[in-house]
Amino acid sequence: MEKTLDLKYTYTEKKDTRSGFGDGLLEAGRNNPNVVGLCADLIGSLKMGAFQKEFPERFFQVGIAEANMIGLAAGMTIGGKIPFTGTFANFSTGRVYDQIRQSVAYSDKNVKICASHAGLTLGEDGATHQILEDLGMMRMLPHMTVINPCDYNQTKAATLALVDHVGPAYLRFGRPSWPIFTPADQKFEIGKAWKMIDGKDVTIFATGHLVWEAVVAEAMLREEGISAEVINIHTIKPLDTEAILDSVAKTGCAVSAEEHQLNGGLGDSIAQTLIRNHPAPLEYVGVNDSFGESGTPTQLLEKYGLNAENIVKAAKKALARK
Amino acid sequence: MEKHSIDHLEGICSQVRRDCLRMVHAVQSGHPGAALGMCEYVVALFFNEMEHDSDFKMDGKGEDLFFLSNGHVSALWYSVLARSGYFGVPELGTFRKINSRLQGHPATEEGLPGIRIASGSLGQGLSVGIGAAQTKKLNQDDKLVYVMMGDGEQQEGQVWEAAMYAAHHKVDNLIAAIDLNRQQIDGPTEKVMDLIDLGAKWEAFGWQIVNIEKGNDMASVLEGLARAKSLTGQGRPVMILLHTEMGYGVDFMVGTHKWHGVAPNDEQLENALGQLEETLGDY
Repeated sequence: MEKTLDLKYTYTEKKDTRSGFGDGLLEAGRNNPNVVGLCADLIGSLKMGAFQKEFPERFFQVGIAEANMIGLAAGMTIGGKIPFTGTFANFSTGRVYDQIRQSVAYSDKNVKICASHAGLTLGEDGATHQILEDLGMMRMLPHMTVINPCDYNQTKAATLALVDHVGPAYLRFGRPSWPIFTPADQKFEIGKAWKMIDGKDVTIFATGHLVWEAVVAEAMLREEGISAEVINIHTIKPLDTEAILDSVAKTGCAVSAEEHQLNGGLGDSIAQTLIRNHPAPLEYVGVNDSFGESGTPTQLLEKYGLNAENIVKAAKKALARK
Repeated sequence: MEKHSIDHLEGICSQVRRDCLRMVHAVQSGHPGAALGMCEYVVALFFNEMEHDSDFKMDGKGEDLFFLSNGHVSALWYSVLARSGYFGVPELGTFRKINSRLQGHPATEEGLPGIRIASGSLGQGLSVGIGAAQTKKLNQDDKLVYVMMGDGEQQEGQVWEAAMYAAHHKVDNLIAAIDLNRQQIDGPTEKVMDLIDLGAKWEAFGWQIVNIEKGNDMASVLEGLARAKSLTGQGRPVMILLHTEMGYGVDFMVGTHKWHGVAPNDEQLENALGQLEETLGDY
């Protein structure tokens, strides 16, 4: 179906966003001698092997001990290191929430918590590993910056941007091979939403893998004569409320799209912004208060209502409520 | 750093104990028991052993660092910091009050000089200290990192993750200590959750062990710290088992968990202060 659509963004290659992190970390290590890496027995999964090989003295294997890893990273900042921790998103957040809360967020330490295999698209491993609550947990923490880039290039750019950002940050990415549709030379501005497609009838605010689904949905809506604006919200916190309000002032309704629970994620962040400033119809695309299950990424996005078709349906519903 | 006589250090301990009791009494909240018990050790560190600068810098480069993992013992640390010149002694009077930098548990949020990480939720400080020690190695900084933990805190799993890690990574610029007062909130540790042989546990995890059998005797504490220092730089982390008496220095508080988190009333305070000489002037 994608091939027959007139897409505003196209791709020639697919790659996993975790590789964007791995390649970004290697470059960050070359640029800045204070960058250090920590990993809890998932070097291959997090694509941290190249960094480890080139900077063995700045890489710390922690073993299967994520709580300790967060504490170590907090301690390493004292004296000027910039630690990037790597494990699955589930073990990067829920498992170590109190360690992050006290030793990193409340203590305002310059730790970069880098989390792979987030959301449904990790696929066959199933719901034990498919965390869908991490954005909510992290965005509730004061001092915490929360970033969820959309493709390989954006993940690499975000990783590099985090080196110069001072303060606690959560970087979320994933496992599946995914279209690379943003430029390799992009400048990543933390907290600055990126309007990818101009439109006038409805705004689609998307984050992570679902930005691609939003790009596809825009083309589908256009075929039906609906003009959708697509905004890439790579930074969930701090949220670019100005970009959100400007867009909705124009379009009058919106859809949020995220690989996350409806509770507590991007949709709730946008709803909070709209309700306080410019109440407007908002439809959510996300997981509706359930756990995931095993399957392929495509099957899971379809079954749980997170693909382009679902964004199209949500957009029409939002339009009808205007 | 200037070395003080044992008499002088004991005099500081007496004043610090007065500070702790008056702070806790003023707000009728806080944790006097372990503060009294750990007093000799923390005073020895800040007034005799550690190289540190009261003109506080967060990065602590070129200084020995101290982390208090059992953050509920905050009154003790605040008193020692104030008496070391990190901030004015009168500020101790704001302990646990609204708008104070002296939070119930140590925190960095309000910018209190001397505090490098929040603590209070137990089990996290050793990991932090190990991380700071590894940064010192990367920075070719030959100073040491000290971490203080409680004995009840040994029931937290993260402590043992950190124990395994420090030995594996040969973090030998680290001296950790456990305040072995054998008490926790719900009672004696052997009744609540028996620690059995902590020394054997830490040894089995690859650490070098130093026992300070008389943790409320300044000479023993200084001797134990000297021994611990002599074991650094040998490829293994060092653990001090600091045998103390909770509530030491006040006859009706000693040796019981009753004063873990209970403040003395007016009469009890007067009785306690009568047992502790005012050596440096109350705040």
